[in-house]
Amino acid sequence: MADKDLKLNSLEMAQFVRDGFLRFDNLVPRELCEAAHKEMIDGTHKTAQKTAAPFSEVWPTEALGQVFRLPKVEAILHSLIGPNPRYDHHAAHLTPANTRKGANLHQDAEYDIREHHFDIQTCFFPADTPVESGGTLFVPGSHFRRVHEADIMRYQNIVGQVQSVCEAGTIFFWHANVWHSARSNTTNQDRYMLKLRLNPTVRQTRLWNTDDIDDPKISGILSQKIDWHGQRNRIEIMNRIKLWRFLSGDNDFDTNLWWTRVENTPDIIHREQRVSI
Amino acid sequence: MAESQLRQQLLFLYLGNSNLEAAVVGWSFYDGTGKKKFEAAGESQEPPYKSVLDAMLDGWRVLQVPTLRAPQVGREYQVDYLDFEFVLEKLEAIDG
Repeated sequence: MADKDLKLNSLEMAQFVRDGFLRFDNLVPRELCEAAHKEMIDGTHKTAQKTAAPFSEVWPTEALGQVFRLPKVEAILHSLIGPNPRYDHHAAHLTPANTRKGANLHQDAEYDIREHHFDIQTCFFPADTPVESGGTLFVPGSHFRRVHEADIMRYQNIVGQVQSVCEAGTIFFWHANVWHSARSNTTNQDRYMLKLRLNPTVRQTRLWNTDDIDDPKISGILSQKIDWHGQRNRIEIMNRIKLWRFLSGDNDFDTNLWWTRVENTPDIIHREQRVSI
Repeated sequence: MAESQLRQQLLFLYLGNSNLEAAVVGWSFYDGTGKKKFEAAGESQEPPYKSVLDAMLDGWRVLQVPTLRAPQVGREYQVDYLDFEFVLEKLEAIDG
């Protein structure tokens, strides 16, 4: 059972609902990073692939297993997808030294038709990743966009895009529908990133530390504008509210009456109306 | 100048709404002259122009403006691709 004090809090969860990802720096000790990095380079990471297995059975002795069983990492995963997640797949993504990547923006879905449930993907950077080495690009707030995988490759730049620039041991935890892209590696060193996809096996409701579930700052986080949404900003906020309702179990949650207003279809007939009906 | 020595440059500007003066929220550039090669997504942090009108003032010709469509019934709150895609072109001379 994940340590409650290590789980995400409600403000962090709201940030996840807004942006579609969370970043945690230096989660993994450097020595363990080096061991995991070696497994990616020498291919050891491939030996334990068991699609659809309980994730607890994957990498039983490998350094990568130790990475994802660190108490804080387990607690973050628990907060997002609950206990006993199912292993989907992983890949040790390599961008060789001096590689031009070209068009690569995509979403990892043919079409994810689930309304609220979601998978989690992680990007674990086992080595220092300066901007020149081309760490993963994320587009914050793109996780509600229902697009077909690589159809968005025409898009080269989006306002507010985030490049992964980090030290070894940093992990990004992201909603599997976030738009992302590999980038060019202009350094003389190969760059690795471990991507891991996990599926929830329980309903994703109140899995985090909910002691602050009534914090008024949650509404502010969920209502914050992301510039590239432009005129679709309000619809994005409404989608966030729907997801928050699902995650919190509070079906009446709302901000600024966005849903309350359009869900308001009163059928009660006032007595003064009766004479004219 | 002979027509064959001209090459097309395409600039895709994605705006926040249908107004040609609205702010650019995304952009792509494809260079038919071969002089500028696209490195990778997300390498540029500042859009080349503030708006489509701003680009027109710099000589870009508009090839396409987005069509405004009402959502299908039941899909009013569904979001997907960037909605306001404008395609612009310039013709540039190449050597030789």
